[in-house]
Amino acid sequence: MNVHPETERIELRLLLEAIYLKYGYDFRNYSMAHLKRRAEYRLSLSGLASISQLQHAVLHDEKMFLIFLQDLSINVSEMFRDPPFYKALRNEILPMLGTYPSFKIWHAGCSAGQEVYSMAILLHEAGMRERGQIYATDFNRAILEQAREAAFPLAQLKDYTTKYQQAGGENSFADYYAADDERALLCSFLKERIFFSEHNLVTDGVFGEMHLIVCRNVLIYFDRELQDRVVGLFVDSLCPGGFLCLGSKESLKFSRHAEKFEVVREKEKIYRKRRDA
Amino acid sequence: MKRAFKAVVVGVSSGGLEALKILVPGLRKDLSVPVLIVQHLSPQADSYLALRLDEVSGLKVKEAEDKEFLQAGVAYVAPPDYHLLVEPDGSLSLSVDPKVNFSRPSVDVLFETASDAFGAALIGVVLTGANQDGAKGLARIKRRGGLAVVQSPESALADAMPRAALESTNVDHVLPLREIAPFLNNLLIGPSHANTD
Ligand SMILES: C[S@@+](CC[C@H](N)C(=O)[O-])C[C@H]1O[C@@H](n2cnc3c(N)ncnc32)[C@H](O)[C@@H]1O
Repeated sequence: MNVHPETERIELRLLLEAIYLKYGYDFRNYSMAHLKRRAEYRLSLSGLASISQLQHAVLHDEKMFLIFLQDLSINVSEMFRDPPFYKALRNEILPMLGTYPSFKIWHAGCSAGQEVYSMAILLHEAGMRERGQIYATDFNRAILEQAREAAFPLAQLKDYTTKYQQAGGENSFADYYAADDERALLCSFLKERIFFSEHNLVTDGVFGEMHLIVCRNVLIYFDRELQDRVVGLFVDSLCPGGFLCLGSKESLKFSRHAEKFEVVREKEKIYRKRRDA
Repeated sequence: MKRAFKAVVVGVSSGGLEALKILVPGLRKDLSVPVLIVQHLSPQADSYLALRLDEVSGLKVKEAEDKEFLQAGVAYVAPPDYHLLVEPDGSLSLSVDPKVNFSRPSVDVLFETASDAFGAALIGVVLTGANQDGAKGLARIKRRGGLAVVQSPESALADAMPRAALESTNVDHVLPLREIAPFLNNLLIGPSHANTD
């Protein structure tokens, strides 16, 4: 079948509207090219012939909606992804954070917790874990369950270990987990000051008075308008002088909130909210 | 009659650095359309490719940024470890979705989304490579009425990717690497006049 792209875009918009009206999840300002690809992926697996049929299936069968919700939530993540970022956190940001008697960190779009536990390890090694409180949120309930478990496939450990070392890790990465036949279970002390909870960046509100917000590889899935809204949410959730960390290919360059931040590390995408913002 | 094209997409894998060093500098800087390039690289690679190509080309070459708008006469290279997607409004998106054809960035992801955005006004070019990436995407470009160009397998360092592309669809032009840039210049700008660049 050779459907005109414009017709497919109409079908896609109707699907998103249906999901929003029926289930309250708002994908209407996500990247269209991304959504289209995820819909095609579901079509290819389910034998449905068109996006309109997928819309019908999602509306009439909640199970189908939940499956498609997983498709839309890209949970690809790693521990110590982009080692230079973690190195910069360790050497430059944590010492500044350490000047506060206590501090709060928000990981928005935390997926299965890889970033959150990387942060917990950094705080541990800096002797700051007791003073910090970490809030880790995602809109995907199933992935948050996994994050709470803190268990990762053994196959990933080699990569995590290398990246931990590249990020300036001081200990042996093996000190932080116990392995069984299939999985590595992170030590439970790393979980001590972490709260996992559901939060949707599109539809939920401010998360108040954070010293550091980490939101990496989430904004790329949003269109410019939604990126602006969510960065606005971060501005309102940061204390003056608080830090914002984005993914290595994300920036505030196209954001209307850009002037509310100063650039701390250009390459590592670390920004600081101006005191007068 | 000159056809109105709006963009060129290029997919290349092993042997790609050598191939791109011939293709990109061969393109004229007054090319009337943007060029989008996916080269398979290791996820740890840095942004060296775009810089290197920019130095040796008349055309401006840069690494693609999330949500920037395409401009004529600029070549955009997908960053390592991110897929490059074209939005219907002519802006770019990056994503860390799972690998496609064992690759991120994937040629198919670029070609399919660009085909959705530009329809018949798109030219797809598949160059050297040792895998199948790009075949599905080129087939979509053809289905939508776009133009399909493939490097002749004999002129490719690795011929699997051009061959897979040739098998996937009715390709319009099969050309040796060195003829592809002049072909595109001619198609998009017209015959070159003596001593202009
Ligand atoms: C590609 S992952 C990034 C994970 C991690 N931050 C990293 O960079 O490794 C994107 C995450 O964003 C989450 N996400 C997508 N849309 C969201 C929304 N509206 N609110 C909260 N989380 C969202 C997804 O569920 C997914 O876990």
